[in-house]
Amino acid sequence: MTLLVFAIVRLIPGDPARLLAGDFATDQIVDELRQRWRLNDPLPVQYAVYVGGVLRGDLGRSITTSTPVRPELVERFLRTLELAVAGVVLAAVIGGAAGIVSAVRRSSLTDYVATALALTGISTPIFWSGLLLILLFSVRLEWLPAGGTGSLRHLVLPALSLGLFGAGVLARQTRSGMLEVLGQDFVRTARAKGLPERSVVVKHALKNALIPVVTVLGDQFGRLLGGAILTETVFAWPGMGRYLIEAISQRDYPAVQGAILVFAAAVVAVNLLVDLSYGLLDPRVHAE
Amino acid sequence: MTTLRRLARHRGACVGAAVVLVFALVAVLAPWLAPYDPEAIVLAANLQAPSGGHPFGTDSLGRDVLSRTIWGARISLTIGFVSVALAMLGGVPLGALAAWRGGWADRAIMRAVDVLLSFPTILLAIVVITIFGPGLGHAMLAIGVAQVPLYARLTRAAVLRVKGLSFVEAARATGGGEWRLLVRHVLPNCLPPLLVQSTLLFATAILSAAYLGFLGLGAQPPTPEWGTMLAKARDFLRTAPHISIFPGVTIMLTVLGLNLLGDGLRDVLEP
Repeated sequence: MTLLVFAIVRLIPGDPARLLAGDFATDQIVDELRQRWRLNDPLPVQYAVYVGGVLRGDLGRSITTSTPVRPELVERFLRTLELAVAGVVLAAVIGGAAGIVSAVRRSSLTDYVATALALTGISTPIFWSGLLLILLFSVRLEWLPAGGTGSLRHLVLPALSLGLFGAGVLARQTRSGMLEVLGQDFVRTARAKGLPERSVVVKHALKNALIPVVTVLGDQFGRLLGGAILTETVFAWPGMGRYLIEAISQRDYPAVQGAILVFAAAVVAVNLLVDLSYGLLDPRVHAE
Repeated sequence: MTTLRRLARHRGACVGAAVVLVFALVAVLAPWLAPYDPEAIVLAANLQAPSGGHPFGTDSLGRDVLSRTIWGARISLTIGFVSVALAMLGGVPLGALAAWRGGWADRAIMRAVDVLLSFPTILLAIVVITIFGPGLGHAMLAIGVAQVPLYARLTRAAVLRVKGLSFVEAARATGGGEWRLLVRHVLPNCLPPLLVQSTLLFATAILSAAYLGFLGLGAQPPTPEWGTMLAKARDFLRTAPHISIFPGVTIMLTVLGLNLLGDGLRDVLEP
């Protein structure tokens, strides 16, 4: 993975030393900068230095600010994580509830409305729903701040804009999962022995529909991490996505490398958690 | 013919098809439909609210938002076609090879596909843009590349299913090379799921292009691309919200139409 990240970043055209030194710098200054950032070393040497650093937890120093990448990235990552977790929780609550209601009251007006809303949710650009939320809650109603961080109030709009997108996908998955399970024999048995409908739906059906839903939820978490790049831009949220976009525009190799590496590690970690959760949700699944 | 008739009875598919048709017509007829030059700057008439002369208002440089939105349809249609075509060109052969050959080729290809699939599409596209630099052409390339693994997985599953059917065995018995069998008999029968997926990925491609444009990594100003337009409109959200509303509604409706059509196709083709 480090090799992949390294290769990608070195493929970026453009000379960071030249960019940093400015248009009027002499060749000598540019050369000194190259020396300092080891940009003149052969690529394998640069890679070895990089991997050695990563293994020791050192992601290098930013070329533009000269400060170490890691502390900044850790702080940024926590901000993005905060946003993504809030988004996933909202997506799970809104999407899950809508999906269950849709499935239980199949072909009712509620079902049609929920299905249409879910489809709208997945068709709306993440950044645009963010703009609309700002327009409604910050500009018109003046209830919530339009950007920045600091309090829970700052988190509401970005998390909502991210969560609504995820909720659409989740509602669709929950609905089809629940419909499949509700048609099975054991649900009929549960009904036949006189259990209250609520207990049939929650205890019997939902539990068995959960595995595909959790898969989608994990998948959505990854997508929301990606979507956070857009939400952070809209709401001026100082997270990792902003960091990555700024670093790309400044050709800040170490910063881009660090950000992509952390994104990749986060996605891998979420996938692992999803795989592990299968064992908890379904006793038939055992780790090999 | 029955498939088409079933599609015509599917309410969602019809609504979706109608929306997509309007979108395609607008894209094709853009030069005749747009009342103004999409890139004509009239500074004296900037940030005007919607009116009879400018139904969608004007943007910060006095350009007609309606004309820009109409031309944007043409750009989005191009992005959809080019990136989906690129993704198919890369993904279908890979998936077919994995399924047909099996063994190490299958394992190697699918391992790589699984790794790539675990990443959000937008992040993959950003990584490709990082290598090639921003721009509309590179955005199409980036979105196409990011969708390759999806096609590879889908094609593999479809080929594996068809491969086991008895008509393949019959075709094999009549002779003819293995590759001929794959291309002439197996792949055509994998078309339904690919068609469904392509409709849905067309929608995703349009969304992704808007995302890249919004981040400043896709089409560059003054190109009237919807995402790029919204990136600029955002600075005037307080004073002129209309320039943020119309391009956004257009993206949403287009993507919604494609998704409806895709869902309908799936219901009809893969019962």
